[in-house]
Amino acid sequence: MAGNAGEAAARPLAIEARGLVKRFDGFTAVDGVDLSVPEGAIYGVLGPNGAGKTTTLRMLLGIIDPDAGLRRVLGHERPHEVAHAIGYLPEERGLYPAMKAYEAIAFLGALRGLPLAEGRKRGKVLLEEHGLGYAIDRQIRQLSKGMAQQVQLLGTLVHDPRLVIFDEPFSGLDALNQGKLEKMIRGLAAKGTTVIFSTHVIAHAERLCDEVAIIAGGRVPFAGPVDVARDRIRPQVRLETRADEGPWRAALPADARHEGAFWYFNLPDSGIEPLLRALIEGEAGILSLSIERAGLHDAFVAIAGEAAARALEEDKPEEPRR
Amino acid sequence: MSSSTGGGRLSTLAAAYVVARRDFLASLFSRSFIFFLIGPLFPLLIGGLAGGIGAQVQQNVEPPKLGVAMSEFDTLSIIRARHELAGKLNQGVPELIEVKGTKPGVPVDPAAAMRQSHANLAAILSGTPEAPVLTGPPGRIEQWQGVVSMIAYEATSQAPDRYPVVSLAKVATSTADQNRSRIITAQLGQVVLFLLTMLLAGMVLSNLVEEKGNKIIEVLAAAIPMDAVFLGKLFAMLAVSWVGLTVWGAMIGTVWIGAGHSLGDYPAPAVGWPMFLGLAVIYFSLAYLLLGSLFLAIGSMATTIREVQTLSMPISMLQLLNFFFASYAMSKPGSAMELIAAIVPFSSPLTMIARAALDAALWPHLLAIAWQVLCVAVLVRIGARLFRTWVMKSGPSGAKRRRWWQRGAAITVEAAGRSA
Repeated sequence: MAGNAGEAAARPLAIEARGLVKRFDGFTAVDGVDLSVPEGAIYGVLGPNGAGKTTTLRMLLGIIDPDAGLRRVLGHERPHEVAHAIGYLPEERGLYPAMKAYEAIAFLGALRGLPLAEGRKRGKVLLEEHGLGYAIDRQIRQLSKGMAQQVQLLGTLVHDPRLVIFDEPFSGLDALNQGKLEKMIRGLAAKGTTVIFSTHVIAHAERLCDEVAIIAGGRVPFAGPVDVARDRIRPQVRLETRADEGPWRAALPADARHEGAFWYFNLPDSGIEPLLRALIEGEAGILSLSIERAGLHDAFVAIAGEAAARALEEDKPEEPRR
Repeated sequence: MSSSTGGGRLSTLAAAYVVARRDFLASLFSRSFIFFLIGPLFPLLIGGLAGGIGAQVQQNVEPPKLGVAMSEFDTLSIIRARHELAGKLNQGVPELIEVKGTKPGVPVDPAAAMRQSHANLAAILSGTPEAPVLTGPPGRIEQWQGVVSMIAYEATSQAPDRYPVVSLAKVATSTADQNRSRIITAQLGQVVLFLLTMLLAGMVLSNLVEEKGNKIIEVLAAAIPMDAVFLGKLFAMLAVSWVGLTVWGAMIGTVWIGAGHSLGDYPAPAVGWPMFLGLAVIYFSLAYLLLGSLFLAIGSMATTIREVQTLSMPISMLQLLNFFFASYAMSKPGSAMELIAAIVPFSSPLTMIARAALDAALWPHLLAIAWQVLCVAVLVRIGARLFRTWVMKSGPSGAKRRRWWQRGAAITVEAAGRSA
């Protein structure tokens, strides 16, 4: 996915937000958030619980209005004007318990302008396609929590939206369904649908996203391609040598760490070639050398700070087994 | 880029219809609707208790009087005799009032005098004490025949050996009887209107709280404007109310007709039954919309039934006061009190339904309906604004969110410290 970042940057924007501010009872929940989400991208809003992700998404959807700043969603400053082209799955899922599964999907579609009859038809097809055909006529209250979540997810997509916003879509899903959802998100992006999701699980963002916005304390210290976020941290060099001492040691940076048989240090600004030359000329006897690019987690720590990273990990749900 | 193959953008009214349709059908096919239909049995009990107020109102209403259209001498004799008899009998002796304009030798048309009188005359006594003639509605003159005979006996100058025979001249109705009957209709109209609005406006509140509990409100808020959610819920419950009214009306009507009654047997309101029933539907709808929008605004701030009870209690109490106010105003027709009760939005429908029963003039209803529609529009707008403001930031999740925000703030401070 990360390979698409450059391409994504050239696309028109599905969402543009400038200086969004939201205060509740004197507390600033979102403080000057800027976002640029290219059309067709998978965009992650990454941050710990309470960082302002949901408030930001709610402002983008028009559920609440910002106290300051500008938002433009699919070219409109009033998101409800394009509600028919948007799908939204809130963090706190909810359906009418007495509704049948296909009726619930049709109702969610009707709220987005899809005629009820068409919604019912599509609802049945979607349930069949996703292995829930047996639940078509069951009431929501008769379904398990996971199944009800899937029904709501299908209801989010029944009107074939151009932009889908998921708030913590992976929370509450078991590993199998997390995998299915990742696949579904990739499928949506492949069709050209813009997908934005918030998460506090870095692995999901790292696997799926073209771009991310890192949000902490209501601010966005970074927004852009995942690769650019990673490049905020220099690649790590791992070196294994035959010789313990020698002139080659002068080529290593002063903060290089020696752990076991390996040396670890940041790749110097001059790049790998001068380093390699110095190691060879200094008779290091290179046994192995690898350059490891920083992960999104390291980038998050570097960008948002240790506290934000700790908060992120505190609420970390179970990872899907792959 | 994919293009949406769904429907187009919904207008606020179309979006409100989607919500209203769902709420209406869900309410209609729910088990609680059965309880809703049998619910009025309980309020009827309360209605009976509220009848105490009605009794007070009826007492406040001018008592029916017996007009005396006799010669001046006979009139004085009759009034004196009535005074003496009243001292002995204590009750049951009608108050007498001299019908002006009677001249010696000019025959009096008692029926016309009674119709023209504004003195709440129930019947007219004419003729002489020796040969009294009682003119009035059948029930009333039959009721007073005995006591009039006794008064006439007392009034005769010679002591006769038997009570004078009172001749009865029956006319369709009297001003007083008509007023008393219409007051009963007015009271009934007020009680029914009050109970129905309280019962049904409460429904919209519990519906909203249930929705907040189901976490559906955010889905709705993301898809359609909050005004549409508000309007949809309000009008869905109004439609449910109409269904309830139709069912109750049909049930009561069936029992009534089955028992051999007809509307004609009952005191007809001043504007006539068809107009009265039409106005009742309009006033009910307006009263419901006024109260319902207020309850919805309150519901937006509550997350549990307990909170709803706490928050809606003052409104329920105020509405009860409005009911008492409108009931009291009914006993003072044409007074400033009645005018104020007709102007105050929440007592206006109650006051005007009573007026429809008591006064045949229709123009005040046109004014009142226009005024109430304006109030509904303003209140619905304010209610929708409050709803939009509160519905997404109330309750425990709000408190939880604040804790998150506080944590978020701590992170900001730390991040700022690091960058420094």
